[in-house]
Amino acid sequence: MRTAAVARIAQLKLRPRRIFGGIKPRAYKSSSLRSRILPSPIPEQLILSLRQHQGEAASPIVKVGDVVLKFQLIARAKKDSALNLHAPTSGKITAIEPHVIPSLSGQAELCIFLEPDKKDEEIELTAVADYRAMSHLQLLDLVNEAGICGLGGAGFPSAAKLKSGIDNEIGLLIINAAECEPYITTDEALVREFAEEVVSGAEILQKISLAPRCVITIEKNKKSAIAALKPALMNSSIKLVELPAKYPTGSERQIIQGVTGLEVPSGGLPMDIGILVHNAGTAFAVHKAIIFGEPCVSRITTLTGAPLQTPKNFEALTGTPASYLFEICGLKKNHQSGAIVGGSIMGVELKDSNAPVLKTSNCVIAKSKKEFPDHGSEQACIRCGYCANVCPVRLLPQQLYAYSRTNNLAELDGHGLKDCIECGACAYICPSNIPLVQYYRASKQLLRENEQQEQQSDYWQARFQTHQYRLKKNQEDKLSRRKKKKSESKTASTFSRDKAREEIAAAVKRVKARKQNVIASSKEEK
Amino acid sequence: MLPLIDQAFTQLVIIAIAALFCLKFARSVYRFLSTQKLQQKSFVDRINQCLPQTQCGQCGYEGCRPYARAIADGDAINKCPPGGNETIFKLARLTNEAVSKLNPAHGVISALEAAVIREEECIGCTKCIVACPVDAIIGGPKLMHTVIESECTGCDLCVESCPVDCIDMIQTGCEAVRWIRPSQVGSFEPQFEAQQ
Repeated sequence: MRTAAVARIAQLKLRPRRIFGGIKPRAYKSSSLRSRILPSPIPEQLILSLRQHQGEAASPIVKVGDVVLKFQLIARAKKDSALNLHAPTSGKITAIEPHVIPSLSGQAELCIFLEPDKKDEEIELTAVADYRAMSHLQLLDLVNEAGICGLGGAGFPSAAKLKSGIDNEIGLLIINAAECEPYITTDEALVREFAEEVVSGAEILQKISLAPRCVITIEKNKKSAIAALKPALMNSSIKLVELPAKYPTGSERQIIQGVTGLEVPSGGLPMDIGILVHNAGTAFAVHKAIIFGEPCVSRITTLTGAPLQTPKNFEALTGTPASYLFEICGLKKNHQSGAIVGGSIMGVELKDSNAPVLKTSNCVIAKSKKEFPDHGSEQACIRCGYCANVCPVRLLPQQLYAYSRTNNLAELDGHGLKDCIECGACAYICPSNIPLVQYYRASKQLLRENEQQEQQSDYWQARFQTHQYRLKKNQEDKLSRRKKKKSESKTASTFSRDKAREEIAAAVKRVKARKQNVIASSKEEK
Repeated sequence: MLPLIDQAFTQLVIIAIAALFCLKFARSVYRFLSTQKLQQKSFVDRINQCLPQTQCGQCGYEGCRPYARAIADGDAINKCPPGGNETIFKLARLTNEAVSKLNPAHGVISALEAAVIREEECIGCTKCIVACPVDAIIGGPKLMHTVIESECTGCDLCVESCPVDCIDMIQTGCEAVRWIRPSQVGSFEPQFEAQQ
């Protein structure tokens, strides 16, 4: 079955294909691409969240007051879904306490506060001499140690993804540099300036995942990046696929469809059809981790938006406060009306501008009234069906919305809410300004909770049944034991009667013998 | 000669098509009947599935299944406090009865709890072990007992049985992230919320 999927992929022609639905929002990308990527400035304070992605938190291995060096491990991942965390620069740990981070939940997470000493002293890194001579599992360990997560957005730990890829036999590795969301330019800037490194990282990823084929995908309109990639790919087996610009082409499932024409089955993962997708930023981080031995302590982050005088891309240290980066870009405070982390469609509102950038923060947008006008309140759904036209998963957003309002979990499940990728295309196109994705998220959570509850109640039921079975069995055992005892005591009594007769006979004999003895001795005495 | 063969052939084709249709129809009838049978058979089971399976006995029956049987025989559906409004709603849909408020005689709706034994105070009387409907308490005579938290249904039955009152009920299962739905403005009132 699995090998059949891989064989099918081996024969597939990899060319740009249509994806379902999608929208074409204005890109707003040119302003941040005017300058080169600026190397990471060291801020006054770094706030390193123990949870850099949607997964388990790492556990800190440093104490308050410790002095750490650059690249030193400061928090270790205890589970597969957690990430190792390294110090982005040398300095002193001043506190370990909760702080607001840009996440969907908007909740405070435990963070390590690092005060840099600005000397930027490194620990000695052990670089690999030749990665081609190493086994793929050794390389996987190195990626795991470096604490790399998917730098595209969701931030799934790369090592865990690669490992499940190895377990499932992969036929195709896709390096995703499509970056379809407005405002974000990290991948474009990265590929434009570090094309060789990205290709090298892609080759390492291909070696680790044992994939026979590998492609880099990019949107057609990113001309400068394509121009840089083409010479870098001259001596490589990796192919380039140019996709038409459309949102959400860059989503994992959509890019698979865009390149191969295959759809990931409902409830399944790309690995189920023998495909693995990694972001171009991840490839760059893997390249640095393997070739130079550098763990993931920085990422390329776009700072953009109309209130910024010089929007640009930073190679920002993990944990740099967003406000510090805004200052460098020359933020016109009176023009700003808030900030977003992520793209303008899927991003999350930044509640506190002191919140740090995470390993997953690809873009920070300073909002202006002009670019983000207030659309007014939510209106009633007029069932125009625009949302169904743009849904890339071919769901029926208007139906899901109605069921979400009525909490009809059975219908929500039946209409495939779980397959919603929360891309926000439906909410973007909605003429009634309905924040559809928020409804879906709430309903998805309800579905999850419901499922959990059902599982738990099934489990409890089974426990209760075994309890009852145990009681019944105990009772039966008791009865049977009593019966056995009774019958035993019966046989024992007959047995004792015989024995008693024998014993009596023996006793009589003895007494007789003794009597005789007594008589004899008395006779002797006489 | 030729028309004869032709006739026979057409007859054959017609018979074949008719047979196919018959087969299909028979299959659908069989399916319909089997589902009907299944539904009849599992009515108590389906009610039982709606119940939270805490086995707490607050409804007045020995466990969830006996209560399910009683509902199938026409008992009220509002006797389950741990299930709360959602269970009543589910039961109402299943039994075609009106949604009613929880009968306060059977208890009040509260968050999910789990029992915890204050271990230093436990005297090892084994009374709670006997009371537990899901065997979630381990321990021996005159030895300290403890509750396996993942197995505890929060049924409250062990609390009363304890002679030294060393069992506490603590709240569990509060999820960290909670999505809140956007404000409810619109043309129609949600059915469920109106009933609540």
